[in-house]
Amino acid sequence: MEVELKRMLTDLQNLKTSLSDPSHQASIDQIRLCVENLTSLAMAGPTRRTKVKDMSAEVVDSNPYSRLMALQRMGIVDNYERIREFSVAIVGIGGVGSVAAEMLTRCGIGRLLLYDYDTVELANMNRLFFRPEQVGMTKTDAAVQTLSEINPDVVLESFTLNITTVQGFETFIASLKNKSFRQEKEGTGVDLVLSCVDNYEARMVVNQACNELNQTWMESGVSEDAVSGHIQLLIPGETACFACAPPLVVASGVDERTLKRDGVCAASLPTTMGVVAGLLVQNTLKFLLKFGNVSPYLGYNALKDFFPTMAMKPNPQCSNGACLERQKEYMLIKPARDAAAKAKMEEELSTIEIPIHADNEWNISVVDDCDANIVNTQSSDALPEGLVHELPNADVYEQQQPTTEESIENVDDLEDLKRKLEALNAH
Amino acid sequence: MRVSEPKKGTTLRFKTESCREIIILRFLSLGLELRTTMEGWDPTTKSTLTQIPLLTVKAGPRDGAAWTQRLKEEYKALIAYTSMNKSRDNDWFRISAANPEGTRWTGKCWYVHNLLKYEFDLQFDIPVTYPATAPELELPQLDGKTHKMYRGGKICLTVHFKPLWAKNSPRFGIAHALCLGLAPWLAAEIPILVDSGMIKHKDDAVSTSEA
Repeated sequence: MEVELKRMLTDLQNLKTSLSDPSHQASIDQIRLCVENLTSLAMAGPTRRTKVKDMSAEVVDSNPYSRLMALQRMGIVDNYERIREFSVAIVGIGGVGSVAAEMLTRCGIGRLLLYDYDTVELANMNRLFFRPEQVGMTKTDAAVQTLSEINPDVVLESFTLNITTVQGFETFIASLKNKSFRQEKEGTGVDLVLSCVDNYEARMVVNQACNELNQTWMESGVSEDAVSGHIQLLIPGETACFACAPPLVVASGVDERTLKRDGVCAASLPTTMGVVAGLLVQNTLKFLLKFGNVSPYLGYNALKDFFPTMAMKPNPQCSNGACLERQKEYMLIKPARDAAAKAKMEEELSTIEIPIHADNEWNISVVDDCDANIVNTQSSDALPEGLVHELPNADVYEQQQPTTEESIENVDDLEDLKRKLEALNAH
Repeated sequence: MRVSEPKKGTTLRFKTESCREIIILRFLSLGLELRTTMEGWDPTTKSTLTQIPLLTVKAGPRDGAAWTQRLKEEYKALIAYTSMNKSRDNDWFRISAANPEGTRWTGKCWYVHNLLKYEFDLQFDIPVTYPATAPELELPQLDGKTHKMYRGGKICLTVHFKPLWAKNSPRFGIAHALCLGLAPWLAAEIPILVDSGMIKHKDDAVSTSEA
């Protein structure tokens, strides 16, 4: 369009110089002014809103946060504006991760860190978020493009890398540790990590990083057959880590071997992806803004509309060393935790004005409902209905003491071994 | 159903619609056999698998000196497996570390179908969570040619190999991944790719381009 407008201007100029009659000059100038206006409009493109300094609760059409701030007025959230202090890292910007990123962006999250190494393909168009004109862009670039248009207040950082390689992992860890956004924050530079990856290997890498950094994270997954999914909260040392037990998946009743990676093998639905992203971000908001119950595990079986829940304690024999360290730390602060819980309970009790019954002849006491629910916190062997393990447990095996024969073998130098293999490779 | 390594002149003996099903059957049984007596297996595969040394050091590329120890075990297993293949006239791959840390590996693998040899580049990285998770074996030249593959040419190991790896971690190494992951994948996929015309033998490719 710009080219045509430019040509029009040149034509007008030519017309003006070629016309000897000065009476037409004024009208030509008027047309030129119109074209120039059109040109500047075309150059400006779609209007982008400017950044807002404070979240306003004022209910006007032009306030992007009015409906969110209303959560406060309704008493759901104590202080919604705190959301601007939070940083969330999203690993995997696919069917779930991209939608989760958009939801958090629209909620006005402070900062998003996005990780992916893939590019947008036409095959992604059955899911939400990415648009056909973004085909060929990296998923991180395309996401930043869309998200910054939706909400310029959100600080976006993107990383185009594969976290499972040694180098990618180092960058991943360093970016989580970076506290430039909010220096006074304790621990890492992020409040929550969301794993939205499509394969077991990458989940294990997120698990490794979060165990090492003592970083709370949430895992999400959609089955390869696209009809079930789950979300899971993982607090290092406090809940089971991803390596504590073989990963849990929702039994779809079709094929138990679900939770596969994305790619040509997998089916996907925008609906299931959207539902799981919604559950994940809902749990994220509840966790960050402290309202409602944060689910430790929530499954979704689309065929039966069944939502199994459960909680898992960490495995004292977990194969992940960092997990065992976090478990030890968690046990060490148990007295402090108990004291805090007791203090909180006493505080709540003190608010009750007077006991209804002054004496309690029969020692009748009311049992907290929570105690009954703890039954659901069970060992990984007994799973609630509708949940299954994706992979088998590693066989227990005796660590062999190096025999004399082996120790002779161990004398072998790495370079010698390399040469030996190369010699075999040579012919 | 018999299981065999890719071998010169081996023809595809299992013909069903989905090759994945075959692999499930073959390797679910292998998972059981490994723990028990490996009965019902052809003697070649049984002895191949039992003769690849199992690894003992549980260490990944970020574990410093322990990783060097693990790397030595990886080399020993690969040397044993390669020597065994050669002695049985069943040589089918070359692999060597592409960096001094031993975290990236490159090489070749080949498969003989109807007396013609098809050769492919082979590459993979050792993941940071190794050996809890298996390396993702890549055949970049076959990227986009088969449904049993993910982007970048990573072969689909999920069904036939991953459970086996999870069960035997950390005793399985690179050699086991090649023997139980790549070999059956080639045996199942290459004949289909050749018969459907997706891949051509290099001699055919040359003659067509000349013509």
